[in-house]
Amino acid sequence: MRVIEISCLEVWKEISNYIDNDVEPELRARMEAHFKACAHCTAILEGTRNVVKLVGDGMEYKVPEGFSQRLYDRIRDQ
Amino acid sequence: MEALSPSLKTGESELVQQARAGCKEAFYQLVQPCERALFATAMGILNNEADAEEAAQEAVLMAFTNIHRFRGECKFSTWIIKICINEARQKIRKARKHLYESIDEPENGEDGDYFPHDFADWREIPSEALQRKELREALQRAMASLPEKYREVLILRDMQHLSIVETAHMLGIGTGNVKTRLLRARLQMRDALAPGIDGNWTLGRPQYAKVRAW
Repeated sequence: MRVIEISCLEVWKEISNYIDNDVEPELRARMEAHFKACAHCTAILEGTRNVVKLVGDGMEYKVPEGFSQRLYDRIRDQ
Repeated sequence: MEALSPSLKTGESELVQQARAGCKEAFYQLVQPCERALFATAMGILNNEADAEEAAQEAVLMAFTNIHRFRGECKFSTWIIKICINEARQKIRKARKHLYESIDEPENGEDGDYFPHDFADWREIPSEALQRKELREALQRAMASLPEKYREVLILRDMQHLSIVETAHMLGIGTGNVKTRLLRARLQMRDALAPGIDGNWTLGRPQYAKVRAW
C-alpha cells in the first residue's frame, strides 16, 4: 500500500490525537512516514509529548498552606 | 430525599448514606480525597489562588447543602468537581470582567488554527534538568499564560487524567471541541516551555540560537 504524503499543517492538526492513540490507522501510517522524513515535526511531537508527561506527572497545583484546615472549618461551622 | 442509585460505588456508599443523614465527618471524608482536584480545577478556570480556594470552598458547601440530591450515578468526585466548575464560572460572571484576562475568542465557534512557533528540538525531558520547585513554577506560569478555555481542558484531561468523553461531560461541550482545545493547549504549553537550546536542556545543538531564558 502506497502511503500518501501529508503536509506539516495536517500533522500539527492531528498531533494531539496521535499522542493519545486516537487516529485512524491510515492517517497514523501517513503521520509516521511524515515524522521519519521531517525533523521539525518530530521535534514538535517530542516536545508536546514531554508537555503531556510533565503536566500529568503529579505536578499538580499545590494547595495553599492551611487549605485543608480552612475547608474543614467551613464544613464544621455549617 | 432522592433514592440512592444501585450503581453507587460500594466504597463510598456507607459514607454517602451517613452524609445524607447529616454527618459532617462522613461528608468530610468524601471531600478530603478531592481537595487537590477541586483546587486545580478552580485554578484552571480562575488562575488565581485566593479565588480558586474560595470557589473550591463554595463548591464543597454547595455539595453539602445538596447531598440529598446526589444519587450515586457517578463518582462523588465527578459530582463535586462539576459543582466546582460551575462555581468558578459563576465567579467570573459576577466579577468585573477587566479583573480577569479577556477571552478574545468569539462565543460561538472556534478560532483559526494554532501553529507551533518554536521548532527547537526538545529531546531531553526537563524534569531531570530542573529542580522540582522551578519546574512547578515554570509549569504554572505556562498554564497561567493559556486562554481559560484551553487551560481548563488541559487540567481535566492531562492533569486529572479524565477521558475525552468525561472532560466533555464536565465542561458541557462536545468531544470534538475538547480535542481541538486540547491540541491548542498542548501546543501553546510547548511553546511557552520550549527551551530553545541553552545547554541545560539538550545534548548540544550549536546551530540553534538561544530562544528562551529561564
